[in-house]
Amino acid sequence: MNTALRLEQITKRFPGVNALTTIDLAVEKGEIHALLGENGAGKSTLMKILSGIYQPDEGRILLDGVERCFSSYNEAVAAGVAIIFQEFSLIPDLNAVENIFLGREHTNSLGFLTRKSMLQEARALFKKLGIAIDLEVPVCKLSVAQQQFVEIAKALSLNARILILDEPTATLTPTEAEHLFGIMRDLKAHDVTMIFISHHLDEIFEVCDRITVLRDGHYVGSTDVSETDVDTLVEWMVGRRLEQAFPPKPVRNSSARKVLEARSVQLAKNAPINSFTLHEREILGFAGLVGSGRSELARAVIGADKAWQKEIYVLDKRTALKDTAEALEVGIGLLPENRKTEGLIVDFSIRDNISINNLGKYLGTGPFIDHRAEYDTTQEVMNRVGVKAPHPMTVVGELSGGNQQKVVISRWLNHHCKVLIFDEPTRGIDVGAKSEIYTLMRRLTNEGYAIIFISSELPEIVGLCDRVAVFRQGAIVATLEGDEINSTEVMRHATTGN
Amino acid sequence: MQQQATNLNPIEQLSPEASSIPTSTWLARTKRTPFFFPLVGLIAVSLVMIVTTENFLSANNFLNIARQVSINAIIAVGMTCAILSGGIDLAVGAVMALSGTLMAGLMVAGVPPSAAIPIGLCVGLLFGLFNGFFVAYAGMPPIIVTLATMGIARGIALIYTGGYPIDGLPESFAFFGRGSVLGVQTPVVIMLLVFLAAYLLLNQTPVGRYIYAIGGNEEATRLSGVRVARYKLLVYALSGFTAALAGLVLSSRLMSGQPNSGVAFEMDAIAAVVMGGTSISGGRGSIIGTLIGAMMLGVLNNGLNMMGVSPYVQNIIKGLIILFAIYISRERRKRR
Repeated sequence: MNTALRLEQITKRFPGVNALTTIDLAVEKGEIHALLGENGAGKSTLMKILSGIYQPDEGRILLDGVERCFSSYNEAVAAGVAIIFQEFSLIPDLNAVENIFLGREHTNSLGFLTRKSMLQEARALFKKLGIAIDLEVPVCKLSVAQQQFVEIAKALSLNARILILDEPTATLTPTEAEHLFGIMRDLKAHDVTMIFISHHLDEIFEVCDRITVLRDGHYVGSTDVSETDVDTLVEWMVGRRLEQAFPPKPVRNSSARKVLEARSVQLAKNAPINSFTLHEREILGFAGLVGSGRSELARAVIGADKAWQKEIYVLDKRTALKDTAEALEVGIGLLPENRKTEGLIVDFSIRDNISINNLGKYLGTGPFIDHRAEYDTTQEVMNRVGVKAPHPMTVVGELSGGNQQKVVISRWLNHHCKVLIFDEPTRGIDVGAKSEIYTLMRRLTNEGYAIIFISSELPEIVGLCDRVAVFRQGAIVATLEGDEINSTEVMRHATTGN
Repeated sequence: MQQQATNLNPIEQLSPEASSIPTSTWLARTKRTPFFFPLVGLIAVSLVMIVTTENFLSANNFLNIARQVSINAIIAVGMTCAILSGGIDLAVGAVMALSGTLMAGLMVAGVPPSAAIPIGLCVGLLFGLFNGFFVAYAGMPPIIVTLATMGIARGIALIYTGGYPIDGLPESFAFFGRGSVLGVQTPVVIMLLVFLAAYLLLNQTPVGRYIYAIGGNEEATRLSGVRVARYKLLVYALSGFTAALAGLVLSSRLMSGQPNSGVAFEMDAIAAVVMGGTSISGGRGSIIGTLIGAMMLGVLNNGLNMMGVSPYVQNIIKGLIILFAIYISRERRKRR
């Protein structure tokens, strides 16, 4: 076999950090090569160097044995390297066709757009992908998974020889991911070389040939998939063996108080009517496929979004919960799905983010904030939750994903809240931090909190929850307890509804 | 070729203490304050004026500049709040004219200043609430809402006055524009009090933190349980109030209610705010920066006048300096 791509001794420094230190990577032609590592390990940075978005400080990039130096993404594309971005690079108000051909539109001899030829080519692309998408509507009207496939089609339309897939499955359901793997195998048969980034090890074992692991910007090792196993890879990634990912579940207490009871919640006029109950000291899972209406229900219950009609009882008392401020008053906090756009004020310091909704407690008698008390309390909460940062005044944008998530959690723990809604708390954070979040959640329920845990990752749901409400197409189709909580049972309800 | 590098630092050894704790030398601390660059700019512009003009460096001239900037600076306080919250208020100049003429009209009609002034200030506040209602509760973009109400306020002022200045105000009213307190001109005193109040509000109270937070990330602030709409309403009310206060000072200074005053004052106020280092998209900035920004504009006006630069050329020079100031602040953001 011949080496399609070789990175030698790549080093990249950002102000204050060495993002990458002497990284080597060799990928054979037609190989699907997994790039593994915790968040912040340097995978995305390395791929941005390979695709010309960043330039390395040291080291060489060789394509088919020829040294290349890309000063922009366009140069990399011209050389046959394309990247499917982790964060969508689509323009929301343009349709799929316009997005795919953005910057290299087909034109006729007068310089006008030839929509027809672009549409035809896009249709052919999606046909090849086996995906049916409305090509005429703005992409913001498409589902997240459909947008992901537009992104994939965009990269494929470049006829790349080397295709980088940066966490393409993060937003896909298992079926959709399976479909993507089919596409990848097909591309492989056509000698396309792929670099695949994913946090899901099972996916990597399913579709990849070789694996390279990075940790803290260093090269850890490479291996054939057939010669390794999950435990080894996790050890390479985190530098230590994870003892046990999930804390033990306590014995269920059948007489536990109801802290939150949604007797009926209807999101829209003809939408299904849902009900659920959350007890003291329990973790209630909201399981289901992406788009099955879990977040929507939770958000409507606490007044973050409008509901058509709802009847909610907090500690057996009817409560209107017309907005999040009222939810806060009765002690319900939300950890939103998207921590950067909904959870945090990224330009603010840790202190300001944590105290944003509990400034009242620093007021004392006068109208002014006691900054000393605020600072000290922040430090104390940070220690309690385990936020790793140099300083309470550190800007949260500079923290890792896991630490950012802990800052959002701290905000609610600094309050009198007793009910916490965790919407995908472990999305996009690394294995070690995930485990810390699980432990923290269980510790909180032991301290008396009740948690609604929304997650698309089955192992989390199964490993952590005391009870699981399974969603399908906007309705709770089953509520599982005890031994019923296993992957097959949850998946069966989520996909078939019975 | 299975291999594993052996000389890696295990993660466990990376303690948080190892990372850099912000150094707290005096210079480093000063540099981090949001108004550091505006302050450097003000000093630089002042130095140029000191070198190029003879009389710039006199106590008299300094007080002169402070008085000249006071009206713009007072308006800029409300504007700072609006911009920090991620909004803007284009109606300030027109609201100033409306409040100013209303006070003048009432006084000429025989209402004592002690009643006419509060009424004029209340009208500014009400106009601000009107803006705030559409922005906060109807969810309309502030730039459009205040563009529309700018026309409404100006129109009311013109109808009320018939388009003519209202003269013949009582002598006692001159205090706010021409008088002095302990040797300092009243407009300067009012300006400093307004800035002090705004400083306390923005830096020492929860409301101030919410204003910054809304500009930083409105959705996150709302989901944290803060009643965002309430504080947005307040911001526009404040902006209307400070505009009315500027109207008080102007009417008193001119001893006349001028329905055509304050045209394009919103632009000067915005310039003062952004030159003071406040981000036009909200969430970052400081009220002290705004004072510095307003002073910078005042120094430029004053100095260029003394240098005998034509007003037409002055506009160009001021425009270029504003561009430069914003360029610098953008650079600052990128590096972070």
